[in-house]
Formats: sequence, structure tokens, C-alpha cells
Amino acid sequence: METMNDDKPRVILEEYKVVQNLPRGSTVFTEQFNSKNFKKNFRIVIIRKENYEMEFDMIGIHPFLANTFRRLMLSDVPTMAIEKVHIHNNTSIIQDEVLAHRLGLIPLRADPRLFEFKTSSNEANTEHNSLEFELKIKCSVNKEANKKDSSRVEDMYKNNNVYSKHIKWLPTASQKENLQDSNVGPIDPDILIAKMRPGHEMDMKLFAVKGCGRDHAKFSPVATAFYRLLPDIKIIKEVEGEAAYRLQKCFSPGVITIRNEPSGKKIAVVNDARYDTSSRNVFRYDDLKNCVVMSKIQDHFIFTIESVGALQPDVIFKEAVRILRDKCTSLLDELNLS
Amino acid sequence: MPIAQLAESESISDSAKSKTFVFSDEGHTLGNALRCVISSYPDVQFCGYTVPHPAEAKMHFRIQMHKGKAIDALKRGLDDLVQVCDITLEKFDEELKTC
Repeated sequence: METMNDDKPRVILEEYKVVQNLPRGSTVFTEQFNSKNFKKNFRIVIIRKENYEMEFDMIGIHPFLANTFRRLMLSDVPTMAIEKVHIHNNTSIIQDEVLAHRLGLIPLRADPRLFEFKTSSNEANTEHNSLEFELKIKCSVNKEANKKDSSRVEDMYKNNNVYSKHIKWLPTASQKENLQDSNVGPIDPDILIAKMRPGHEMDMKLFAVKGCGRDHAKFSPVATAFYRLLPDIKIIKEVEGEAAYRLQKCFSPGVITIRNEPSGKKIAVVNDARYDTSSRNVFRYDDLKNCVVMSKIQDHFIFTIESVGALQPDVIFKEAVRILRDKCTSLLDELNLS
Repeated sequence: MPIAQLAESESISDSAKSKTFVFSDEGHTLGNALRCVISSYPDVQFCGYTVPHPAEAKMHFRIQMHKGKAIDALKRGLDDLVQVCDITLEKFDEELKTC
């Protein structure tokens, strides 16, 4: 297989094997770790940033760091979630424990940085370590005259569906002043919690605490946080005419474009390999498989963070890095003391 | 006390060179990061970590040195990770400003 002469560490995806292809110079994989080199070679490029979703590149780092940051975001960045439910009345058909579990999984809008961890589950709830909510709802027959003859459930009954919007925040002590109402409560108003029929009733108090994804997935601030390596595709032999269109179809849309040469030839060129899925479709065609080299850049990580909504994705990443920093400094302090 | 040291059966003169540290409440997240940093140092002969049992929140971290003290390598590793975090935060903030 053709060696790719550039300064990037790659893995080349061949038909039957994956080959490491390290450049002659030093890379993150061969050199000794040193913060000066790290600072020189490391780059972050933000590709897109929306309210709940963000994509950015980390270039020039070792995979262990990328994975550490990913793990930290998933399981070490805290958020608030419902942990205890006091059920005063529940005559719906959904059992108490199942209901409590469902309530726990509802993402809450509340800045976890304003709260403290509970040191033990027996510790009393205070305004600094917990949030209190109420869910009080009763289903009844809809008596409005114009809806009487309808057989649609939403016309026949009132409150037959319990949604997350029915959860009401009860601020304790100075929470009302310190936290704004709009910032506390379920993030999505339309999460279905239970279905009821006339006579069914729910009355409960919900207590949210601060926790980590390590304890329970409901505390994880991200829906997903993942990284992948930057794919790269090189066409090493000219592909023209019908074969060019066939090659285009082998990759994700937008990866290969067809260029019209002045001579009238249509040849395939790589437009942007970034969003290629690295599928192995080219290897189905004997005439095409030797025309392209598919590879991945091993020190170029494309991070995607999808926030659940409690924290902005960039805040989640920064929190993750800060948590690692705090861990290391506290361990260092302890070592230096002993 | 998050860090303890595992009892060693080696001779006293060698024990500073090779050590197993026990981190409580840590796992693969810190273990692997620290291992990768420390094993790249030239004086380190061996560096590895294990989580002996998934139900126990404990991580065993082993360092064996060619020369020097194992604890110094651990300190250097932690210090390097702190710097990595600082640099990452700094670069991320810079990039956030421009986008």
C-alpha cells in the first residue's frame, strides 16, 4: 500500500487490515510527555455551537486525553435530578416505585454549580443541597357541554395525561430570590409521566439533589458526548466517467464531487472527507478499490457534545476539565503533605 | 485519605523505586490518564493501573523506576495533568471568544 508522506499520524483502512502509518518525525504517540510541547502542538477549533449541541476539534492530543475528557463529561460532571419522592396518594395504575423512577429521569433545569452535594442520604434537605417540587393532579370527567358527545379521550376527561409541565417548583427559604423561577423546573414541558382515568389521583412531593453520572445515569449532563477521528480520503489514481459517479456513491453525500475538466472529462475529486462514515463500499468494486486510500488522522479528534439542557455544552466541557484539575491538585496537596 | 500505599514485600532499599499506590474513589478516568503520562517518562521502567474489583471504588497504581523515587514520578504526572487542564481551558476559552 502506498505510504502517505506527510507529517500526520494515520491509520490506513485497507480492505482486509488496518495499518498504522506514523510519520518519521515525532508525534504525540512517540514523544515523551511535556507540557511545553503539548501547548505548542495542541489546537482547539469550534465547528458549531448551538444551545444544546456543540461540535469541536481537538488537534494534536493523545487519545488517552480525549477519552479522559469524554469519560469526565459522561460520569463526573454533576447535575440535579429527582432522587426522593414522597407519595401521599397515588391511585393511578402506575406503581409507586415505577412512577418514582420515571420522575427521577426527567431532566431538570437548575444550575448544579449553585448547589452542594449531600454528604449522606440521611442529611436533611436544605436550600443549598436540594430542590423541592410538587405534583398534585386529579383526573375527572369533562363536563363542558360542547364536548359531551365526543368520544376522544382528551375531550371526555380532564387531566388524563400527566406531563412534566404539571410539576411545580416549591422554593424553600431564600431560593426564590437566589434562583429565578424560569431557571428551575423540568426542561421539557411535554414529557408524559402517566396516563389516568376519572377518579385517579396523584399527590406527591419530589426532592431533587445534586449527583454524578457515576451514581446514576439520570445525573449525566449529556445525552451523548463522543469523539471520532478525522477521516481522510485520497484519490491516488484518476477516476473518470461512469466510474467517478460510482465512486461518489460509495461515500457519504458531499464527500466526493465530480469535476468537469476542460477536455470534457468528468473526474472524481475529494470535496470534504470530514463527514464521511468510513463505510467500506469502495471495496465492492475491483476497479475502484485501488484508486483511493482511506485513512484516519490519529491525533485529530472530532468531539460532539449533546447536552440534556441543564448546562450549555461548552460549560459541560469546561466543568469536566476543571474536575480533572481539581482531582489532581487535591491529590498533589495530599502527597506533598504526607 | 484518598491515597494509601500498598504493603510491599520488597527490600527496604528498593521500596522507594517501586511502589503501588491505592487511590480510593478513583477509576479508569484518572488511572488511564495518569498511566499514559507517567509511562512516557524516560526514568520509568513500568507504570500500570488496575481496578481490582468493579464493585469496590479503588484503583491500584503501580510505578517502577529505573532510577529516582516512584512518588516523584507520581507527583510529576499529577502536575503535568494539572498543566494539561490549564492549557486546555485556556485554549478552549480563546476559541470560544472567536466563535
